[in-house]
Amino acid sequence: MAEEIIKAEGLTKRFGSFTAVDHISFTVEKGEIFGFLGANGAGKTTAMKILCGLSNPTEGNAWVAGYDVWRQVGKIKQCIGYMSQKFSLYEDLKVWENIRLYGGIYGLSGKQIAQKTDELLSRLHFEDQRNRLVKTLPLGWKQKLAFSVAIFHEPKIVFLDEPTGGVDPATRREFWEMIYDAAEKGITVFVTTHYMDEAEYCNRVSIMVDGKIEALDSPHALKSGFGVDSMNAVFQKLARRATREE
Amino acid sequence: MTLRFLIEKEFKQLLRDPFLPKLIVMLPIVVMMVFPWATTMEIKNVNVSVLDRDMSDISRRFVDKVASTSYFNVTDVSLGHSEAMQSVELGQTDMIIEIPKGFERELLTKGESSISIEANAVNGNKSSVATSYITQIIMDYASELSEGRSTGLTKGIGGISIDPYYKFNPAMDYKIPMIPALIVLIMTLIIGFLPSENIVAEKEKGTIEQINVTPVYKVSFILGKLIPYWIIGVVVLGISALVTMLCFGLVPASGWASLFLVSVIYIFSISGLGLIISNYSSSLQQAMFLIFFFIIIFLLMSGMFTPVSSMPIWAQVIAYSNPLTYYTEIMRSIYLKGSSLNDVRFQLYALVGFFVVLTTWAILSYRKRS
Repeated sequence: MAEEIIKAEGLTKRFGSFTAVDHISFTVEKGEIFGFLGANGAGKTTAMKILCGLSNPTEGNAWVAGYDVWRQVGKIKQCIGYMSQKFSLYEDLKVWENIRLYGGIYGLSGKQIAQKTDELLSRLHFEDQRNRLVKTLPLGWKQKLAFSVAIFHEPKIVFLDEPTGGVDPATRREFWEMIYDAAEKGITVFVTTHYMDEAEYCNRVSIMVDGKIEALDSPHALKSGFGVDSMNAVFQKLARRATREE
Repeated sequence: MTLRFLIEKEFKQLLRDPFLPKLIVMLPIVVMMVFPWATTMEIKNVNVSVLDRDMSDISRRFVDKVASTSYFNVTDVSLGHSEAMQSVELGQTDMIIEIPKGFERELLTKGESSISIEANAVNGNKSSVATSYITQIIMDYASELSEGRSTGLTKGIGGISIDPYYKFNPAMDYKIPMIPALIVLIMTLIIGFLPSENIVAEKEKGTIEQINVTPVYKVSFILGKLIPYWIIGVVVLGISALVTMLCFGLVPASGWASLFLVSVIYIFSISGLGLIISNYSSSLQQAMFLIFFFIIIFLLMSGMFTPVSSMPIWAQVIAYSNPLTYYTEIMRSIYLKGSSLNDVRFQLYALVGFFVVLTTWAILSYRKRS
């Protein structure tokens, strides 16, 4: 059996009387691309923030890379990369300065950073943008840069929160190629999305409805289980059960 | 060394800001060049209405003497008291001097007489200073008279004269004690305000989330925020002290090294305050109003404008819980008295105390998790 890199047991988060995440349990295996689906307000981002150590759980347990989200958040943070839904690199820094900052925070030396930055920019065909202020980049490029920064320190797991929101189809395709490259290098990818075609690219997907995980399997198994021929149809069937308002 | 990267980032952002670098340079220059003239407590151009009922030689010479100083302008010589009151009500006169009928005769026969002075006390400070000036003029005049006219006049007046020597500021120039206080003001405005906007701006932009998901230590992150402000503080102090030297010829009596040393301790102690506010605030607006609230109270209750010793006890308690009070005391001693560091050690200990408490608080109140 493959190694479990993320494990959640009865993970719950309440904000006052509102239960954003309601006793979810699942495991993610090392090296897989795990799709985390759900309608707006289903609790995906909240669950992801708990796993990243940005938010405390109310109840339940979870382990990321073998570390406990209650007590070993510092260790978890060394093993993960994260790309938030809202673009959160520094817009008033240049492309290379953002890369250098995060490289430095994760403990790389100035020399290592310089070398890896060159490699990264040439792989992205982005050399001539090195000195550009990030705020002047088009959205698609910002997202690619954010992803590259999230995996710059070679984490074990990368969490991507709607990484392709608002991005054009061609760039989305390129983005998924980058995700596959990362997965090939052994990085486990935990990704939320609203695009059902993207769900098909995942090894396994979970679908959250009103804070609970309603389905979890490979896209193929889910489709045959529900007797439909697309992930879109699976999602429609499940999401219709939602009672929670946005 | 993570800290290096964080400090580098703060400086890049600061220097790219369209407004902040200009503010940091211009604020001390403008404040130090303009404010010493405006914050002066010296009273000049007090408008006086004279009601001379005696119309004698002595009374006229007295009026001339008042008018000849730069402090008083004799705006009108009224005939009646109600007329004089009217010009006070209209705001044309600050003070009425009434010389009674028979003033000269009384003075020559009895050797004493009186003059009535009525001051408009709406501006209490102005009226009390003006009254004391005029009292001094009267005393002067009286002693002149007693010397000039050995006949007829009895001694009685001017037996003992008080001849004050104002230490550390012999000319009683009001600009001088205000200058160190103005440096305190500038340092507080820049090093108090700027950090309060910093972390909360990162919260608003969302960039803090990307930082919070990294294993960066709270201490490194907060020091990465504080150290740039410490450096800015030293630059601001340098500019302020230079302008003071060039415009007013005033240099710290205790030497430059003492000035910079005590100021660095103050910078340490006040810079944490802004970050604490920034940590607790969720919007820039909130942070701005909070820091406004604290800085205004700190400035007004620091002994900068009014002496702490004349405040009521409860206000003194607040004043001594305020780092500005200590820094203002130290700065006046360093700039004017030439005190040694040993003389101001208690104030320095207090500032170090503020530094330890506020910086620790800033580190602890920064939350990477919600």
